[in-house]
Amino acid sequence: MIRFILQRLAETALVLLVMSFVIYGLISLMPGDPIDLMIASDPSLTPEDAARLKAVYGLDRPLHERYLAWLGAALQGDFGYSRLYARPVLEVLWPRLGNTVLLMGASFTLALLLALPAGILAAARPHGLGDNLINLVAFAGISIPTFWLAILLIILFAVVLGVLPAGGTATVGIAPGSLAALADRATYLVLPVLTLTLVSAGTLIRYIRAAMIEALRQDHIRTARAKGVGPIRLLLHHALRNAMIPVVTILALDFGTLFSGALVAETIFAYLGMGKTIYDAVMGNDYNLALVGLLLATAVVLLANLLADLAYAWLDPRISYR
Amino acid sequence: MSRGVDRQADRIEPLLSAAARLPTGATLQHGRLWRRFLRHRLAAASAGLLLLLAVMVLAAPLIEAWLGINANAVDLLNRFQPPSPAHPLGTDELGRDLLVRLLYGGRVSLGIGLVVALAVGVIGTAIGLVAGYFGGRFDALLMRLTDGVIALPLLPLLIVLAAIDFSKLGLPDAIAASDQASFYRMAILITLVGWTTVARLVRGATLSMREREFVRAAVALGAGPLRVMAMHVLPNVISPLVVATTLSVGNIILLESVLSFLGLGIQPPLPSWGNMLTNAQELIWAAPALAVWPGLMIFLTVIAFNFLGDGLQDALDPRAING
Repeated sequence: MIRFILQRLAETALVLLVMSFVIYGLISLMPGDPIDLMIASDPSLTPEDAARLKAVYGLDRPLHERYLAWLGAALQGDFGYSRLYARPVLEVLWPRLGNTVLLMGASFTLALLLALPAGILAAARPHGLGDNLINLVAFAGISIPTFWLAILLIILFAVVLGVLPAGGTATVGIAPGSLAALADRATYLVLPVLTLTLVSAGTLIRYIRAAMIEALRQDHIRTARAKGVGPIRLLLHHALRNAMIPVVTILALDFGTLFSGALVAETIFAYLGMGKTIYDAVMGNDYNLALVGLLLATAVVLLANLLADLAYAWLDPRISYR
Repeated sequence: MSRGVDRQADRIEPLLSAAARLPTGATLQHGRLWRRFLRHRLAAASAGLLLLLAVMVLAAPLIEAWLGINANAVDLLNRFQPPSPAHPLGTDELGRDLLVRLLYGGRVSLGIGLVVALAVGVIGTAIGLVAGYFGGRFDALLMRLTDGVIALPLLPLLIVLAAIDFSKLGLPDAIAASDQASFYRMAILITLVGWTTVARLVRGATLSMREREFVRAAVALGAGPLRVMAMHVLPNVISPLVVATTLSVGNIILLESVLSFLGLGIQPPLPSWGNMLTNAQELIWAAPALAVWPGLMIFLTVIAFNFLGDGLQDALDPRAING
């Protein structure tokens, strides 16, 4: 088991290394470079100065040389400074990673709580009225654009009803740490979490339903039914356990999609998370921040993937990691 | 990898295709017809809706002329007009007619959806066929790649991709900065990340076809790999291909709209359903109706393509009907 974990960790590190090069290359293709930005903000800079600066910072060197220099510094823990925030990028990113994990965790848990009973109910009587209704809802969830749902929710809860803030992370002026601050944080979380929950639940319902139907087709279910096991116990005890195995895998793969949804929700609700930070960094030509933000996001998603692989091994007794 | 550990992709493949399909599992005889009718009615209604939409969108210049409106004509004195005979859906923040802009936006959104779906279908089929038929190293590499693409946080990556300055790649400015550039850029970007689903599906179907008697007979009779793939394998993987391509249209339109909404996709003044919503958020207090229409169009189009794909799955897959 330990050998398996180590092997998967090594694989993840390798993928991350490859991705770091790809992302570095992409970022270097973004318009302009740091010196161009300096020229734009400092009219007294002559073209000779700019060329000299580019040589000093190595911007005239080929891509692979620049990448290796960056990688060397990164491996020693130096990820550079953020241009927009004038602070080391990791210092900017850590609290925002926390915010995003909170948003994604809450939404994912709620979506699962919603989708599990719905998926099981739908699979219990395929083609039944309940199944058709649940499917309709699931299709709506899959087909609705995240940003539009977010806007609709703002119209309903902030414009029409006026009960929730339209965006932000916390109200200015409330002392942090108090109970009031906690309640305040929660009101800002409601709409982003609701948005992300509703769009993720649709896919989850479809996966759980499909896996349950597949599990209910197995021979041992027929045997159990023949032996007189009741329908509820059959569903929850005999079928659900088997259905969860593929579902866990697919949930982990969906973490990338969940992160994409979080980016949209964060941007619209001005919630200070990783997604909004990456988006702002790309729009504001903050190359270091965009690069490290994207890498961190990729690393988080890959780790979630790894965890799901371990959960899979734990759930399925047929698999041994010797 | 350790013994006994199967590949992640093999585990989820059946689930991915099963999740894309609506009804399976045993049912009672009575009521099945009615239920199939209901589902197919949904698919038929979706097809009708999409057809209507296509006609309206193609007729956009005619409707524009008939209403006597110019889609890009700014009329600041007539901003935020409520619906009226002159402007059936009212006007936007610059006084432009909302209906006509919706129709032109539909041209772009539907255009991207169909063009990219076609590209994704062709590229995915070619790669899936070759990988499934020859197997080996190429196949392993390809499946690793698709595993990777599925697991990545796509939207942030697409945002960086969409921000790329093409003149840095040596493209002349005339192409990199032309009016239509954002359309082609979107089409290429989404194709780049979108072909994997079709490729996996076709590969899976090809794998099972490769061992069938008629394929082996064709090989034994001396048919080359190209002929076998084109004449014997391809016709038998058409139905999953059609379903996967139809279902992918919805996702493509969603991706295009979110990128355009974020300001990285289709660039104004060229309207798309996504970029029509970019300003809607700031105007939410003044004109909530502006935020409703473009989103509704995206939602209806995407759900219609999903219902259609689902109905096609049923119609093309005999197992789903009996099973």
